[in-house]
Amino acid sequence: MRRRKILSKIGMFALTLPVLAFIYLPVLWLLTASISTRAELLTVPPHWIPQNPTLVNYLNIFLPGSSTSEVSRTIAITLLNSFKVASAVTVICLVVGGLAAYALVRVPFRYSRGILVGVLGTRMIPEISLVIPLFIVASHLSLIDKPSVLVITYLTFSLPFAIWLMASFFQSIPVELEDAARIDGCSRLEILWRIVMPISAPGLVSTGLFVFLLSWDEFFYALIFTSTLASKTAPVAISEFVGRYVTDITAMMAGGVLAAIPPVLLALIFQRYIVSGITAGAVKG
Amino acid sequence: MKSQLTMRQKDQRLAWFLIAPSLVIILGVTLYPILNTLYLSFFEAPAGINLPKTFVGLENYRGLLTDPTFWATIGRTLYFTIVSVGLELILGLAIAQLIQSHPPGWRFLRVSLIIPWAIPTIVNGAMWRWIYSADFGALNGLLQELGIITRYQVWLVKPASAMNLVILADLWHVLPFAALIFQAALAALPEELDEAAKVDGANAWKRFWYIRLPQLRLAILVVLIVRTVEAFRVFDIVYIITRGGPAFATMTITYLTYLETFAYGKLGTGAALSFLISLFTLLMAVIYIRFLYRPQEQSE
Repeated sequence: MRRRKILSKIGMFALTLPVLAFIYLPVLWLLTASISTRAELLTVPPHWIPQNPTLVNYLNIFLPGSSTSEVSRTIAITLLNSFKVASAVTVICLVVGGLAAYALVRVPFRYSRGILVGVLGTRMIPEISLVIPLFIVASHLSLIDKPSVLVITYLTFSLPFAIWLMASFFQSIPVELEDAARIDGCSRLEILWRIVMPISAPGLVSTGLFVFLLSWDEFFYALIFTSTLASKTAPVAISEFVGRYVTDITAMMAGGVLAAIPPVLLALIFQRYIVSGITAGAVKG
Repeated sequence: MKSQLTMRQKDQRLAWFLIAPSLVIILGVTLYPILNTLYLSFFEAPAGINLPKTFVGLENYRGLLTDPTFWATIGRTLYFTIVSVGLELILGLAIAQLIQSHPPGWRFLRVSLIIPWAIPTIVNGAMWRWIYSADFGALNGLLQELGIITRYQVWLVKPASAMNLVILADLWHVLPFAALIFQAALAALPEELDEAAKVDGANAWKRFWYIRLPQLRLAILVVLIVRTVEAFRVFDIVYIITRGGPAFATMTITYLTYLETFAYGKLGTGAALSFLISLFTLLMAVIYIRFLYRPQEQSE
């Protein structure tokens, strides 16, 4: 019996290996490409382990010199654009969405349910169904190719999502705590600031993370609304380099790694929030 | 009595004050555009902003519904959706159950799942496109070294393999979502039923199929809805790996809409297409909820 148990453990362990290989082999190949020289990357058959590993692809992005390729320069600027846009969206969602979420679940209000359901509904609308009118309005307001138009359009998917996620976190706070504070003479806003915010900090962190990751990942609106380095984000820059036949492929791969590092690091550091956020968000919907 | 009334009034005013900014933004960036998309879909509208539009009624819709290209595109999109979501459900459940049986290293496996989930879609697409490369790709290199192929293959130029390879690349990115949700749901199940079945002599497979799976219905429903809606509107990964080619083999409905609107400048047709995508999305959600909620309601 015991022997069978050990055998089954070994069998299960053997099953994890192909899953791990499927997860890590592509990532390792991306990392390998980013530290290869161009000549070595274009060998047949491929060198699985680079013989002349180099960090020059990364250095070119961070410390551009006179010989730095256009790809490296573009990657650096667009990464910064991505960061600015994603940060702005995150702050707006947390502040504006947080206040609304609190009011919707805690302040007695006639239309709360209707609005909450409506917010849920807007999450289902695909980006493609909104983009034509948004594009026309943005053209009239001369907002095309400005970072602000990305912030505004990213709110179409991030704000409803943030409200819905934060509403579910606020709902889990016991009402008794708030009632006690009210008897002590606190106003609604004082309660929100002194009691609700500290208790729901994990919820706010996970909401902020999700919104940042969603905005950092966004491609479609960025593709439509940006055209120059003034507002282009990293995904758009990468997609353009991929489309070219002759390109600085190793620089592009380094750019890909750099674009992946912030979300992967954030997700790993806050993995508990991520898993609980995915499930809380998804299951309560 | 009077103070209570003002209290309620104060609450109402506060609620409006707190909700109004979000409401204005959401109405402005989603409700207005979706209604405007519907309005535009009744016009023949060229791409220039100030060019005149002509009202054509349902002509854009009629044109689409009688166009074989449209139906072929719907077919490909459904193929992508069904294969992709089907694999996610099956493999997601399998990986979740694998983690839940706690083999050595299960924590590492669970953490590892977060990496593909967090990598941006476009980086994922660029990575796989490079792996599939006909001249220098790792897939060709690997298969040749294993002796499976003798010559490098042009994977993305063959219509038969292109779609499936796009699905594989997408799967790498989205499978962790399903696996993590299912694993969390499995971990939350009470153990008593499972133990009782074990005492009654049910084997591992039967315990999974008859005891755990029915209890996972809600988690499965969630993954099914969220992922079907997302897969049906797939765009990013197609754009970066194949741009709809070769010979339309990976042309999905959102990609077709993008081309009609922004490459061919037919705003009316594009609006009609994108409104149809919204309707399909809504329809699928309704179907799923009806089918999957009914048995649960009866048993309760």
